Amino acid sequence: MVKWLPLAFTPILGDKMADLGCSIAGIESINPFWLASAPPTDKQYNVERAFAAGWGGVVWKTLGEDPPVVNVSSRYGVHKDTARGILGINNIELISDRPLDLNLREIEAVRKNYPDRIIIGSMMAPVEEELWKSLAIKIAGSGVHGIELNLGCPHGMCERGMGSAIGQVPQMVEDTTRWVREVVGDLPVFTKLTPNTTDILLPAEAALAGGADAVALINTVNSIIGVDLDQMAPTPVLDGKGTHGGYCGSAVKPIALHMVAEIARNGVTKDLDISAIGGITTWRDAAEFIALGANALQVCTAAMLYGFRIIEDLNDGLSDFMDAKGYKSIEDFRGRAIPNTVNWNDLNMNYDLKAKIDQDKCIECGRCHIACEDTSHQAITMQANEKGGRDFTVVDAECVGCNLCQHVCPVPDCITMMPQENGLPYLTWPEHPKNVLKAVE
Amino acid sequence: MGEHPVVSKTGGALSAEDIAANFDDLHPPLNAEQVSVEASRCLFCHDAPCVTACPTSIDIPKFIRQIATGNLTGSARTILSANIMGGTCARACPTEILCEQKCVLNTGEDNPIEIGALQRHAVDHLMAKNHLHPFARANKSGKTIAIIGAGPAGLACAHALAIKGHTVKIFEARKKPGGLNEYGLAAYKMANDFAAREVEFILGVGGIEIEYDQALGHDIRLEDLRLDFDAVFLGIGLGQPRTLGIEGENLDGVQDALQFIEKIRQADDLMQVETGQNVVVIGGGNTAIDAAIQAKRLGAGHVSLVYRRGRAQMGATQWEQDLAAINGVSIHLWSKPIRIEGKGKGKGKVQSITFESTRLHAGKLVGTGQMHTAPADCVLKAVGQNLVDDTLCALKRDGGKLMVDEAGQTSLPGVFAGGDCIASGEDLTVQAVEDGKVAAAGIHTYLGGQNG
Ligand SMILES: Cc1cc2nc3c(=O)[nH]c(=O)nc-3n(C[C@H](O)[C@H](O)[C@H](O)COP(=O)(O)OP(=O)(O)OC[C@H]3O[C@@H](n4cnc5c(N)ncnc54)[C@H](O)[C@@H]3O)c2cc1C
Ligand SMILES: Cc1cc2nc3c(=O)[nH]c(=O)nc-3n(C[C@H](O)[C@H](O)[C@H](O)COP(=O)(O)O)c2cc1C
Ligand code: SF4
Ligand code: SF4
Ligand code: SF4
Repeated sequence: MVKWLPLAFTPILGDKMADLGCSIAGIESINPFWLASAPPTDKQYNVERAFAAGWGGVVWKTLGEDPPVVNVSSRYGVHKDTARGILGINNIELISDRPLDLNLREIEAVRKNYPDRIIIGSMMAPVEEELWKSLAIKIAGSGVHGIELNLGCPHGMCERGMGSAIGQVPQMVEDTTRWVREVVGDLPVFTKLTPNTTDILLPAEAALAGGADAVALINTVNSIIGVDLDQMAPTPVLDGKGTHGGYCGSAVKPIALHMVAEIARNGVTKDLDISAIGGITTWRDAAEFIALGANALQVCTAAMLYGFRIIEDLNDGLSDFMDAKGYKSIEDFRGRAIPNTVNWNDLNMNYDLKAKIDQDKCIECGRCHIACEDTSHQAITMQANEKGGRDFTVVDAECVGCNLCQHVCPVPDCITMMPQENGLPYLTWPEHPKNVLKAVE
Repeated sequence: MGEHPVVSKTGGALSAEDIAANFDDLHPPLNAEQVSVEASRCLFCHDAPCVTACPTSIDIPKFIRQIATGNLTGSARTILSANIMGGTCARACPTEILCEQKCVLNTGEDNPIEIGALQRHAVDHLMAKNHLHPFARANKSGKTIAIIGAGPAGLACAHALAIKGHTVKIFEARKKPGGLNEYGLAAYKMANDFAAREVEFILGVGGIEIEYDQALGHDIRLEDLRLDFDAVFLGIGLGQPRTLGIEGENLDGVQDALQFIEKIRQADDLMQVETGQNVVVIGGGNTAIDAAIQAKRLGAGHVSLVYRRGRAQMGATQWEQDLAAINGVSIHLWSKPIRIEGKGKGKGKVQSITFESTRLHAGKLVGTGQMHTAPADCVLKAVGQNLVDDTLCALKRDGGKLMVDEAGQTSLPGVFAGGDCIASGEDLTVQAVEDGKVAAAGIHTYLGGQNG
């Protein structure tokens, strides 16, 4: 509730028009932000705090049949940049280590306390029809809005024939999805995919064939986060040993964006709803996934790193962005970037960019020069000037428009990539005169 | 302690603990977290302007990157290979007019990288490790070099020569090494006996011997040294404080600022160093500023710094002037001392000092005739130093200083010089180190060696 606002600001607040409500697999959520199945959704206490903070839904921490798994300590490793920022975390945690019944009773309780919020039950079992069906029925009975099949955990559980061991075999993806589909009636079924495959379309198509209402992706990326050079073991080190784990957080966002886009623009799967996961940290990340077709979003690492109140800016920022662009609902811009996501062969070979340096903004760090000189096309010269400084100048004839200088330049908007007017038509590689295969044709 | 001094909480005198705190590090070392954040801000510029602005051309982007990657020892080696006194320079360089002034982040973020503080972190790390000396000596050349003066210039020259395999003997007039690092730099820049620790570290390379109480012109003669050694380096600094040439200069309570600072630097008990209720410092350079601030930090009453010209002409940097202000020093401009008055007739203890107002007239400084007298029980003169002349008549001059060529060689073949006694750049520790380094390369060539 807004208690007090200076008068001058009130109209701006009044301008907030965008509706953040979203719909996925027939489920309506007050906003597209759900917490992914992981420690933040491990029990009633966490989930109620999340709902109090404003999250639209959660996917409960993955449940299995009793007896519950036993976890180890430590469980996380991190990949940091040099300025103490965390790029990604890697975990070797298993599924819920609490009794099934306790989890189900807590789900029931939270459903009562927060009737307008979404709870999806995540589950995992060995590849046996009976096991999947009986567990799905139990979870469905707790009043969840849907079931998510965890076919992605790339560590620990896969050694027991579950998680990514299932997700990597399309036939198993289809079978498990169908088994659950068959026993949960109308309840929406989400199949959560592992990115640890060569072609994400294979498991996505299998999920569709098995009757999934939506796919959720990505689960974590198999990884070794680092090596402790004193103990000579992978981190996190447990009593002298380490193992591979699941990588997530900002660093995996590009992988997730690609996989989401592949499913969204693939003829067979394009109508499958997508719950996008992977490195979502800011409203901008969220908007990017929606632009590539996501119906709703799941967040894990960002919440683990900063706590639940990041939801405030996720909501606020997304809403402001939508207002600024004139989008009234998520559907208004969902998938807008899909038509522009094409294969390399569909790009215009005649499009020509040249870097341009704004001399007033340049702070003369030389980064563009050395990047181009050492590793690209020797297209930025460095010359002493009368003021005792250096001038950096792009040699148009050498510049191939690769963008490297623009990316390394520390000053925003100092280097701009300028499209060159050349009057040439849109020309793809298949049509290109230098394409030998075309010449043969 | 920080830039803000401890002041009396009761109006009474400062306690021993207050004074000790006032003479602790002016800029306490950055902690590991601050270092990592600061190091990661550096852009790793190509052909970086900060490097050009460092008189010793330390490869700053490289050493900062080495800090950022956690290679602190390598970072220190990068620094020390260009400047063996990287530890003192990190503490004493006026970075605001050197490397940090040229950092591109002045424009980029309105906030340059704290190069000096990072430099200190790396060098302190290496020195604290009590490691083997980071540089190995070349095979013995059989050549011996005499160095006069164990200040920054002399020590830097000695170290570079030792690495080339030469044997060095330093003749030092005083009882301790370090020159102004030991006697002159402000105490709060060189806390915890850093000057002595650094000399010990430098001598760790081996091949350098120092003889104390050996003054050129008194105990030893240049002619003899030229015969006994293969080359000679003069790093004698500027020994002769300038005088005001006015009445009352010899009164009790009137002293050279340098003398005053030296007492502080050498004091076993800072409570015993005398200041006054009304301290007047004369001069506009960093010695004047340092003396005024240290007087204040010792607990002096009113401290005024009086300079005969305006702010723009002051040798002290803006940062130093601001520091003086933070420390409660009041700065008076356009006033030149005319006379110092004592209690008795031209005798005894100083009581006041009289100034004449000045102004610029057709580019020249003139007195206006307007006089004012200020009470003073302590007058500190900081109007510069001259080269001690008597012993070096054979050498050609350039201005008031020794003339050298690009290799640091004086007009006498085989006799080199560097530091404050030659006319190179500004009179700064870092410049003296560079001069010593350049002369060492010059001497090595002179002795038939190859540099590179
Ligand atoms: C009060 C003060 C504060 C300063 N603060 C700073 C600062 O904060 N930062 C900075 O960068 N610079 C500062 N400087 C300048 C800096 O200290 C000098 O530029 C630097 O010390 C010069 O080094 P040097 O080796 O040439 O001379 P010195 O340091 O003066 O050393 C000369 C050595 O030679 C010895 N010697 C002299 N004559 C003879 C002789 N006849 N025979 C034998 N030995 C002899 C001396 O005893 C001394 O040990 C300051 C200077 C002063 C006076
Ligand atoms: C500690 C931890 C435990 C996780 N446990 C599960 C789990 O039990 N079930 C599941 O489906 N995904 C699990 N995940 C994966 C997340 O749900 C999510 O798919 C992944 O972290 C990517 O999203 P992010 O980049 O927002 O973290 C876990 C992730 C972490 C970090
Ligand atoms: S990278 Fe940017 S700021 Fe640096 S020199 Fe190039 S254009 Fe200038
Ligand atoms: S020696 Fe002095 S000028 Fe040179 S980099 Fe270090 S602090 Fe800066
Ligand atoms: S100029 Fe500044 S940012 Fe660039 S290398 Fe030097 S310290 Fe780093």
